[in-house]
Amino acid sequence: MPLDPQSEVVLEVRNLTTTISIRTDEFAAVDNVSLSLKRGETLGLVGESGSGKSLTGLSLLNLVPKHAARVAGGAVMLDGVDLLQLSEREMRRVRGKKISMILQDPQTSLNPSFSVGSQIGEALSLHTDVPKKGLKAAAVEMLRRVRVAAPEHRVDAYPHQMSGGMRQRVVGAIAISCAPDVIIADEPTTSLDVTVQAQYIRLLQELQAETGMGIIFITHDFGIVAKVCHRLAVMYAGQIVETGPVERIFDAPGHPYTQALLGSVPKLHGQQGRLPSISGNPPALWNKPKGCKFAPRCPLADTRCHTEEPPVYDTPDQDGREHWARCWRLETQ
Amino acid sequence: MKRYILIRLLESLAAIFVITVLVFALTHMSGSPVDALLPQDATQEQIDALVSAWGLDQSLPRQYLSFLGNALQGDFGDSLKWRGYSAMGVVADRLPQTLYLGGIAVAISVVVALPLGVMAAMRKGGKLDKAAQLFSLFGQSIPQFWFAILLIWFFAVALQLLPTSGSGSWQHVILPAIAMAWFQIAALSRLTRSAMLEVLDAEYVKLARVKGVSETRVVWVHALRNAAVVPLTYFGVLAGSVLTGSVTIETVFSWPGLGWVAIEAIRARDFPVVQAVVVIFALIYIVCNFLVDILNAYIDPRVRA
Amino acid sequence: MLTSTRASAPERSPKRRRIVSASLWTLPYFPIAILLCVLIIPGLFADFIAPHGAQEMNMQARLQPPVFFGGTWEYILGTDRLGRCILSRTMHGAWYAMSISATGIIVGVTIGTTLGLLAGYARGWVDTLVMRLVDITLALPAILLALALAAMYGPSFKSVITVVAFVLWAYFARQVRAEVLVLRERDFVARAKVAGVSHVKILLRHILPNVLNTIVVLATLQVGIVISLEASLSFLGIGIPRPTPTWGILVADGRQLIVSAWWISFFPGLAILLTVLSINLLGDWLRDRLDPKTRPM
Repeated sequence: MPLDPQSEVVLEVRNLTTTISIRTDEFAAVDNVSLSLKRGETLGLVGESGSGKSLTGLSLLNLVPKHAARVAGGAVMLDGVDLLQLSEREMRRVRGKKISMILQDPQTSLNPSFSVGSQIGEALSLHTDVPKKGLKAAAVEMLRRVRVAAPEHRVDAYPHQMSGGMRQRVVGAIAISCAPDVIIADEPTTSLDVTVQAQYIRLLQELQAETGMGIIFITHDFGIVAKVCHRLAVMYAGQIVETGPVERIFDAPGHPYTQALLGSVPKLHGQQGRLPSISGNPPALWNKPKGCKFAPRCPLADTRCHTEEPPVYDTPDQDGREHWARCWRLETQ
Repeated sequence: MKRYILIRLLESLAAIFVITVLVFALTHMSGSPVDALLPQDATQEQIDALVSAWGLDQSLPRQYLSFLGNALQGDFGDSLKWRGYSAMGVVADRLPQTLYLGGIAVAISVVVALPLGVMAAMRKGGKLDKAAQLFSLFGQSIPQFWFAILLIWFFAVALQLLPTSGSGSWQHVILPAIAMAWFQIAALSRLTRSAMLEVLDAEYVKLARVKGVSETRVVWVHALRNAAVVPLTYFGVLAGSVLTGSVTIETVFSWPGLGWVAIEAIRARDFPVVQAVVVIFALIYIVCNFLVDILNAYIDPRVRA
Repeated sequence: MLTSTRASAPERSPKRRRIVSASLWTLPYFPIAILLCVLIIPGLFADFIAPHGAQEMNMQARLQPPVFFGGTWEYILGTDRLGRCILSRTMHGAWYAMSISATGIIVGVTIGTTLGLLAGYARGWVDTLVMRLVDITLALPAILLALALAAMYGPSFKSVITVVAFVLWAYFARQVRAEVLVLRERDFVARAKVAGVSHVKILLRHILPNVLNTIVVLATLQVGIVISLEASLSFLGIGIPRPTPTWGILVADGRQLIVSAWWISFFPGLAILLTVLSINLLGDWLRDRLDPKTRPM
């Protein structure tokens, strides 16, 4: 689905840094991340597990695990307001209303003790002026919007009475219930089987077309990226190492890490596209390389890559759309 | 749900049946019940009266049936120690005292232990958590009867704040209730803490936060509703240990309830009263457990299916 | 890939599974030391190290306070109404605490393990029957049996052991059955069956050794509960008969004198507290080692 080039920016993240504390030290697990998201746009956030993509998602909601982690700096601008400057009380009014999240595992992300209707209704009662009596009808409406069959019956069902795909639709219904500007979808389809995956992705696209919300799609599946995303941001060791339009990155990846990730993906619209394994492991938080974070695993690394951190090199496409990567090799191009 | 209640009801009835068989068997296992039920200097008329009243000249199953029939009507014969009262009369007379003390003890333990467990879980590793853990370790290790004696020594004798024993005023109930609640608080707060810790990590708690639910509501509604199943299951055990506790605590504080009656009746070899106490204790315990299971099913929809 | 090669390797009967890998450095010394001082050494050697006999009376030294409260070194923890040494009686009490809980646990665990093995191995109606019995046992508080037994037989060693066994057997039967259900599906059992080994031999040679470790650990953790239970029963006069100096009876002895001679009840009670506390600490330590979830990073 093409994106209207006139679309306005709805979310802008600048130099977001989130640290994880281990004993007395703090380490940046999200390292100076900058992103922007337009209305109606889907941005893919891709990387190996442990690259900091989920933590980035939680940082946007200012919901990182207490004690263990802390949003240390940067700005998250939503509608001209920096979410990181809001008090917890003010932030609570934003969460679920203007920015929402779909969690990974539908098996565990719904509360087993409450009916799905009341769980959808809770978000509505917190953020909208739907009267108490109208909550159930509104929940039915939400279930209908996420294409749950027989919503009048399902609204009273408990999560354990539903299939995985159906539950994830309910989680989706909770996320869109207050018509947020931005939804962060953290690997929403990983635990669903393939046919259900395809249906769910179609549903998200339809909902996006209806509401014009921006979606940050966190995934490690390039097959899905190709299908749903307009733009792509590749994360490695807490940094964004490359960002740009999806077709552009698939055609001409700028960063060796992106190239390696794409290495085994058969074709752009291929069904299967799991991340190939790259030899070696991502660096430990407390032992990050001095230069390029990817240098120890990079087949093209030279001495400078190991000692100096590469800057960002812009390589916009012919339409002038943003595309950059963090790699010394681009210096000469 | 109905099916579940029915099954649990049948199980409870089976347990009650087993208890009556046990009580009946015990009367007959130690030789003739005549020796157990009558004082040693009983006259021949008394013996004959007992034999015909209990139908001891009949077959065992027949005897059991008539015992069961009498028990169902609450008839366990007359008390030997408290002359002029029926065994059930003695029990019925003292039961309210035990329920009063037990009720207050349970109330204290829930009011203290649940918030303590929840708060310890919220600040895991903090000062309150460490203090709570230390407290529960001691609370679970201290022998209840000894702790009761120490309470009397300290509050009633040394400080002279409260009466040492007996019943009558509201001051009388304080020490026995605390002595009884102590162990429960220790066990219950520890249980609540670990259940909460497990639940607070759950994805649905995260989702509630994502929705913009306040932290108070996240903890006390979303998390506790799921964690509560664990301490609630413990309420069945709680009922049992309150009964057990009532025997020790009532003896130490001379609290005139069922537990005290039980020990006095055993000392006087007042077997009808012991029988009545055992059956009533079992009944209370089984009914409590039954209610807890039903309540559990109500709270946790997964159990119902 | 690594797991598949491991799984295809022939499985041998793992005779000695190490549940707890403990180095000398990580042992919880503090509770072990308390246990040694309060329970084990006095229990095993009370006859040699106790300054007086358990029933030895001295009418000239009645109700003497402990040494630091105006008493003498002759009776370090004071004396009771009959001039008996509290320290010596508490030390002898340790012997009874140990021997009674050991006997009760052995009886209960033997019954529970046997029935658990049978239920898990035979399945079918045996399993159903045993598990129903387990459910019923767990549905009845032990105090009921204790009261009924005491009413019939008066306080006796036998009824205490019966009550302890009653409390323990169901718990062990359930644990053992659960383990046997897993073990009976393992290769080495299947191979023994194919080789024509008799059921009794399979149970004793192949399955029992594999559950023994768990049983021993669980049984150790029950010592605290059993000591408290026995003490409570004896305190109430429905446990061990007088004048045996068990800790529960010693506390009961001083109950009426708590105002004038607190030491009579205090020290035996303290012995119970320290013993049970140490065993609970050991239990926590074991649980931390067995359960990787609670192990600190």
